Amino acid sequence: MDFTFTPEQDALREQAREFLAANPEPSWAQLSELGWTGVSIADELGGAGLTFVEEAVLFEELGGALYHGPYFSTIALTLPALPSDLRAEVAAGTASWTLALGPLVPDLDTADRVAVVGGDGIFELESPEREVLTTNDQSRPLGVVRGGQSGRRLADASVLAEIGVRSLTALALEACGVARRALEHAVEYASTREQFGKRIGVYQAVSHPLANAYTRLELSRSLALWAAWCVATGDPETPLAAAAAKSSAAESAVAVCETSIQVLGGIGFTWEHELHRLYKRALGIESFGASGTRLRAELAVALLNEKTEEAPVTTPAPAPVEQGG
Amino acid sequence: MELRDTPEEASFRGDLRTWLEENVPAELRGHRGGAARFDGPEMRAWSRALYDAGYAGLTWPEEYGGGGAPYTHQAIFLEEIARAEAPPHIGVIGLGMAGPTIMAYGTEEHKARYLAPILSAEEIWCQGFSEPGAGSDLAGVRTSSRLEDGHFVVDGQKVWSSFAHLSDWCILLTRSDPESTRHAGLTYLIVNMHAPGVEVRPLTQITGEAEFNEIFFTGVRVPADNLLGEVGGGWQVAMTTLLHERGTLGFALQAALEMQVRKLIALARDRGADQLQRDRIAREWIEMQAVRFTNYRSLSALMKTGLPGPEGSISKLVWSEANQRVTKLALEILGPDAALADDNAPYGGYWQYQQLRSRGNTIEAGTSEVLRSIVAERVLGLPKSR
Repeated sequence: MDFTFTPEQDALREQAREFLAANPEPSWAQLSELGWTGVSIADELGGAGLTFVEEAVLFEELGGALYHGPYFSTIALTLPALPSDLRAEVAAGTASWTLALGPLVPDLDTADRVAVVGGDGIFELESPEREVLTTNDQSRPLGVVRGGQSGRRLADASVLAEIGVRSLTALALEACGVARRALEHAVEYASTREQFGKRIGVYQAVSHPLANAYTRLELSRSLALWAAWCVATGDPETPLAAAAAKSSAAESAVAVCETSIQVLGGIGFTWEHELHRLYKRALGIESFGASGTRLRAELAVALLNEKTEEAPVTTPAPAPVEQGG
Repeated sequence: MELRDTPEEASFRGDLRTWLEENVPAELRGHRGGAARFDGPEMRAWSRALYDAGYAGLTWPEEYGGGGAPYTHQAIFLEEIARAEAPPHIGVIGLGMAGPTIMAYGTEEHKARYLAPILSAEEIWCQGFSEPGAGSDLAGVRTSSRLEDGHFVVDGQKVWSSFAHLSDWCILLTRSDPESTRHAGLTYLIVNMHAPGVEVRPLTQITGEAEFNEIFFTGVRVPADNLLGEVGGGWQVAMTTLLHERGTLGFALQAALEMQVRKLIALARDRGADQLQRDRIAREWIEMQAVRFTNYRSLSALMKTGLPGPEGSISKLVWSEANQRVTKLALEILGPDAALADDNAPYGGYWQYQQLRSRGNTIEAGTSEVLRSIVAERVLGLPKSR
């Protein structure tokens, strides 16, 4: 049993944190140059031949940096459906993708190409009309696709299970990055801001909620890393781990942001401070895909060992996509 | 990152599981808990069996009769003990607190005299730290010790001492300098619980059982050799004891929570649970897994760097509150039957007992308030409140 990162994985995190601090809005080509778009793509296709654990490091850092771009939609949502030649394009940075799993499609403003679920397969949707909607979380706009022609068949619908656990886990990891960043803001503020002649972190009415925030974050992070390892190794517990991770981490990120906003007082409530953007990403993660309530309902069925006719929610249901409209 | 057992760990786990299946006495399996379970001779026999099979003091160095095994083996041991619903070794305080403190501060004579009987359960230890006026604020200790012709003479009162009614020895924190205050002037002694002037009075708890005791010391004469560390240096020694208490506690608690959640799920299958209860069951399962993997993270850091990861400091805090929620949820699932007790209640009153007992979890071994302050100040680095 070894639940630590390798020195190489630690170095990747360090690289990601430094790069994203210096380049808050990186292009897809820049991410490709860093090797981030091909992390889990095979060597012979131009990737690094690594695993979802390395991708997990990046999801966490990209979440904390509020990265705006098609990394989640390409790597978590679409990659399992892409055949070799299209994977090579992703590794090379010449194509990014999004997948219309539900009516609201993420990263539609930045992804080059769009895939849809239809019948028993996943297909490319060629030349659809894209409408990017106004969203609370401006760092991850959602949109709708209309029309377009069904193009190349990319994969069998059986990859939806893999897509489900990858996307839940990636969202959980992003949520941990968001929560870490929010907590850093709050701890820094509580360590410097003075009221009543003392730094406010001295008061337990301030410090204990921050201890709770740290506790929630670390518990969720343990689940998210467990899920990431499960995805990487194809462990039989993957669906349970992914559901647990997303259910826990999305809620924790929201709660940690709320505590942090409270600790920063009026400053935390301003548009100028970064906290509201972290908070809106956390809320966005909670509402995207299966909610915590749905995930726990599915977990309860599994835990209580009940037979069910319903499809498990960790496998996303095929989306109704308006065609030819 | 590899979360499965190594082949060597898997083999240790497999052997242990088989051994437990064959050796846990039926009358000790799945006991509802509480102090009374330790009182009979069968607990000594069970502890002796653990020792004979090489499962006592797994991480103690071999030179002191331990297994010299890595911490991962201790974690596996605690997981498997909980899975088998087997009781722990009776020498909980000796193995986890007194023994490691003696190894760190004892003389060669101390080690030769005291360590082996802890492992074999021939001698049982208790801890004399808390006092009526020194709870979370341990530096308020007032029990006195004064050196008089080759002996420390001890007078005072200790409280909340588990196992004291069964114990042969006590690790005792005393104030040797009457002029001193706070952390200075404290002295750490090994006290014979059978010495004249030692009186143990059981404290009946919220559960109706007496698990803890008061200990009164009246002119108790302790040989000057029974000193750990230096006269006046007791605080440092006591911190070593508490470090070991918290260090070894995490996995025991996690294993206990896994068992509790498994029983909760079995209860829900047995009695049925509504939609809201099902949501809470799923939440508690998630929380249990989160504690488990947080402990794995902390343990892995310990194995790699020699220092446990900071996330380990939340284990006891999270476990105590989870155990309170799990046991209360079980009562809710029991419905009106939750009002019954003991043999009149379903499952022999297991859940009623566990729920009441759980209220102590956020108080004993560091209150939740103290633990939150530790996280705030030592992990997050917030300014100190005192």
